[in-house]
Amino acid sequence: MPEVTYLEALRQGLWEEMERDDRVFILGEDVGLYGGAFKVTEGFSERFGAQRVIDTPISEAAIVGAAAGAAHMGMRPVAEMQFIDFVSCAYDMLTNYVATARYRAGLATPIVVRGPCGGYVRGGPFHSQNPEAAFFHTPGLKIVYPATARDAKGLIKASIRDDDPVLYLEHKWLYRRIKEQLPEGEELVTPIGEARLAREGKDLSIVTYGATVWKSLEAAERLEQEDGVTAEVVDLRTLLPLDDAAIMRTVKKTNKVLLVHEDTRTGGVAGEIAARINEQAFEWLDAPIKRVTAHDVPLPYAPTLEDFVLPQTEDIVKAARWLAAY
Amino acid sequence: MASHTGPTTQSPPLPAGLTREQLLEIYRYLRLTRALEERLTALYRQSKVIGGLFRSLGQEGESVASAYALERGKNRDLLSPLIRNLGSMLVMGARPVEILRQYMAKADGPSRGRELNVHFNDLELGYLGQISHLGDMIPIMAGITLTFKLRGEPRVGLVYIGDGGTSTGTFHEGLNFAAVQRCPLVVIAEYNRWAYSTPPEKQFAVKDLADKAKGYGIAAAIVDGNDVLAVYQATKLAVGRARGGGGVQFLEVKTYRRKGHAEHDDQHYVPPDELDWWAKENDPIDRYVKQLLQHDWVEERDLSDVDERVRLEVDEATDGCVEEPLPQGETALPGVYVNPPAADRLWFRSL
Repeated sequence: MPEVTYLEALRQGLWEEMERDDRVFILGEDVGLYGGAFKVTEGFSERFGAQRVIDTPISEAAIVGAAAGAAHMGMRPVAEMQFIDFVSCAYDMLTNYVATARYRAGLATPIVVRGPCGGYVRGGPFHSQNPEAAFFHTPGLKIVYPATARDAKGLIKASIRDDDPVLYLEHKWLYRRIKEQLPEGEELVTPIGEARLAREGKDLSIVTYGATVWKSLEAAERLEQEDGVTAEVVDLRTLLPLDDAAIMRTVKKTNKVLLVHEDTRTGGVAGEIAARINEQAFEWLDAPIKRVTAHDVPLPYAPTLEDFVLPQTEDIVKAARWLAAY
Repeated sequence: MASHTGPTTQSPPLPAGLTREQLLEIYRYLRLTRALEERLTALYRQSKVIGGLFRSLGQEGESVASAYALERGKNRDLLSPLIRNLGSMLVMGARPVEILRQYMAKADGPSRGRELNVHFNDLELGYLGQISHLGDMIPIMAGITLTFKLRGEPRVGLVYIGDGGTSTGTFHEGLNFAAVQRCPLVVIAEYNRWAYSTPPEKQFAVKDLADKAKGYGIAAAIVDGNDVLAVYQATKLAVGRARGGGGVQFLEVKTYRRKGHAEHDDQHYVPPDELDWWAKENDPIDRYVKQLLQHDWVEERDLSDVDERVRLEVDEATDGCVEEPLPQGETALPGVYVNPPAADRLWFRSL
């Protein structure tokens, strides 16, 4: 089995869906002959033609809106945001139009909006964002956020096949940093709404997603080596809808929970997870639920500043030690 | 249409290639629109209409005539109406009872009590209701007509935008996108003088909305929106060009909103003689009737027959639904997604 990067896995997933279903097409800025800012769609225009890989003006609202209109007509559009930071320009279209369409009007809007997210890359305030919390509050949208190459592929395929609109968040720090052997000739589809147990443990649980899955796994490894503490790591994979069952399962197993995300703290996904644990598994807790997140500031550019603001492996280790000792 | 000219009030010497039956059918839609809205006003005053009531008084002509220029039938042309385009929806096949149920939030209404006024759709018949965010339907219709083009289907989309709506970002983004893609889309820009209470001079610095089209490289024309046959003919031309691969066509209709933004709005900001003038001198239905009779295209009796049938139709539609129930509360939960099929019923409702 060949090793593929997270980015290549995503690319394979898109490619296979384009081959499988001629209703699938891609639209976005510089996605055609240029192949996308990160080369996710490199070679697509040559294979599928300009009609299925459409270069658009710099108009995120029009990109998402046009995708929605096409989806009403039975197409399966995949809209690329060149950086996910610009999805805010399509916020109205996604939250008011797309997310409500089925409920208010019975309109099928099976679109995927995808784009590179996340920090640790010195991208500054507008090329590093994690926008999940802004959309997490919107009934009608689904949000997936793969951490592994396998899920990058499996979730893009599931998102394209889903009958509801999906925001697919891909972490650019993971694009070429992680590699994985993926089976050839086997259909890889990751079900939306199911978390993954990334590492088993018994002393405490780390519930996380995206790039911090890898930082949490590093932390868990150190805790085992240095402290003899075994931390369970749950990779959520889908944020909307949350896999409550998987979250409560690990809470009931270890009785201590650390919620970790790269996004800022206030109004972040961790707050909602904490509230659900409180409602559904309060009596199973042996310690307060704690969070490790970014500080509540726009993400700064200088490496010293960015490293300070974002959660690091060391932060997770320290927080887990605090919890283990509680 | 390549160069735009000032508004023309000249009706075509012949009835725009329309048969007598078609002329009467247009008349029926005009009357039906007005009669239905008058009925809705009565129901509003009886508090049977739950939310706001939006009238298209004075704009029935351009709504009906523009829609009438489309190809109708199952999966043919498709339009996206605004709140003042009830007439266009009726032309495409929306039934009066659906409009009444929707306004009264009935369980059996087209959106089952989830949405207001004319915000609903039938994609097969060819109308897609707006959302309240003005301008948003332009990108949506760009995507719909892009699909027509990608599939090689000979279908055309038509979208309405008000003078105020042309100030939005989505209008700009969607129009530019559609222009670049040469989508088979006709944009009907309604210059009706009032965006809620805001007049054009506070809304934009161009004289005509058609001036805006120049910035997108789109063919534009201006037509007297209260001249039914002129609107029909201009739209027909635009639709033909769009269908023939000519890309986006922009048609500005000069008209006038004779009622307030909604029924609650007392229009204190409008000079009173202005309203009188438009009612007496430039009502689209009166003008159309005058044309029909002057040219002997129809007889007065034909028109009174239509009036009578419309009255009966509106009565029947009202009687058929006015006593219907509102939806049960728990029907609010299903249908946000295909999967999961329904939102959770919250715990405190079971205490």
